Amino acid sequence: MTLWIALIAASLVVWALKNAGYIVPPRFVEGALMSRVAGLVTVALLASLVVSQTLQESGEIVWDARVPAVGVAGILLYFKTPFLLVLLVAGAVAGGLRFFGLMV
Amino acid sequence: MTEDTQNSRNRHARSQGIQVALAVSLYGISFGALAVALGFSVWQTMVLSLLMFSGASQFAFIGIVGTGGIAAAGAAIASAGLLGIRNGLYALRMSPLVGPGFWKRALAGHLTVDESTAVAVAQGDTESSRHGFWATALALYAGWNLATLVGALAGDALGDVRTWGLDAVAAAAFLGLLWPRVTAREPIGVAIAAAAVTIVLIPSVPAGIPVLAAAGVGILVAIYRHGVARGATSPEQGRGS
Repeated sequence: MTLWIALIAASLVVWALKNAGYIVPPRFVEGALMSRVAGLVTVALLASLVVSQTLQESGEIVWDARVPAVGVAGILLYFKTPFLLVLLVAGAVAGGLRFFGLMV
Repeated sequence: MTEDTQNSRNRHARSQGIQVALAVSLYGISFGALAVALGFSVWQTMVLSLLMFSGASQFAFIGIVGTGGIAAAGAAIASAGLLGIRNGLYALRMSPLVGPGFWKRALAGHLTVDESTAVAVAQGDTESSRHGFWATALALYAGWNLATLVGALAGDALGDVRTWGLDAVAAAAFLGLLWPRVTAREPIGVAIAAAAVTIVLIPSVPAGIPVLAAAGVGILVAIYRHGVARGATSPEQGRGS
């Protein structure tokens, strides 16, 4: 039940932000600072999520099969590989390393 | 055949929008599969795609709750919201394009995301921009939700996250979202700083807090760089921004 509340609350926040742009007069929020904040916050959050999803395991930094998988994903992204293929290969690398007992 | 009439420009905008929507929708499969693998029910996963409908915010929410549990729910809500700020700025740009009408604006509000905005601003004139926006928005909403459902049902069958490397898929998904945004020195610097802060904080603070601290880094750098940019333009040139 609490997960449902968190989920609905987060959805409403995101929904409200989108609609705010159609309600608030542009002169209150538009400007160089706001667009810089929005751009850099997005980059900062995504970079943080890459790191925590790659290295975190119950509050510790660990080095497991996710690391080479994300490394391969980075190489594929550099060569402009389509998203879905990048994700499939990342899963295959991590899953494969575990299947053959090479990494945890 | 190459007549450049308004109709042909509109048609071109719509077909471009539908192509973008189809390509991005496929990404919804991974969202659905991942959410279910992280412990969300098919219904909860669908509510996120139907109601939140913003890929980065959705991935952030399931990623943070999936690893930090319900204790990290506050951080998950805040992160989803912070990632949603840019949609609000897109909406400011789309507002004159969408025009008047309560229901039309409410619908546009729900569907204003990276892709619909990108296709709209890529067009050469207002009318084809409007066609591009709506075609992308509607096709993406249908496609994203359908793909989420397919992914969620498939994820239900997959079982353990780690066996299939789905935990690495989550990390790769965030890297894929980050990639097109780190093309200049400023965002690259912020990404590195945010990553460093996250690594330092993970062992010492509760789950979800490192990601919020990273967002704080982004805000501080934005304010600082804004000040530098303003200082660089001479005051005589006007009131600045």
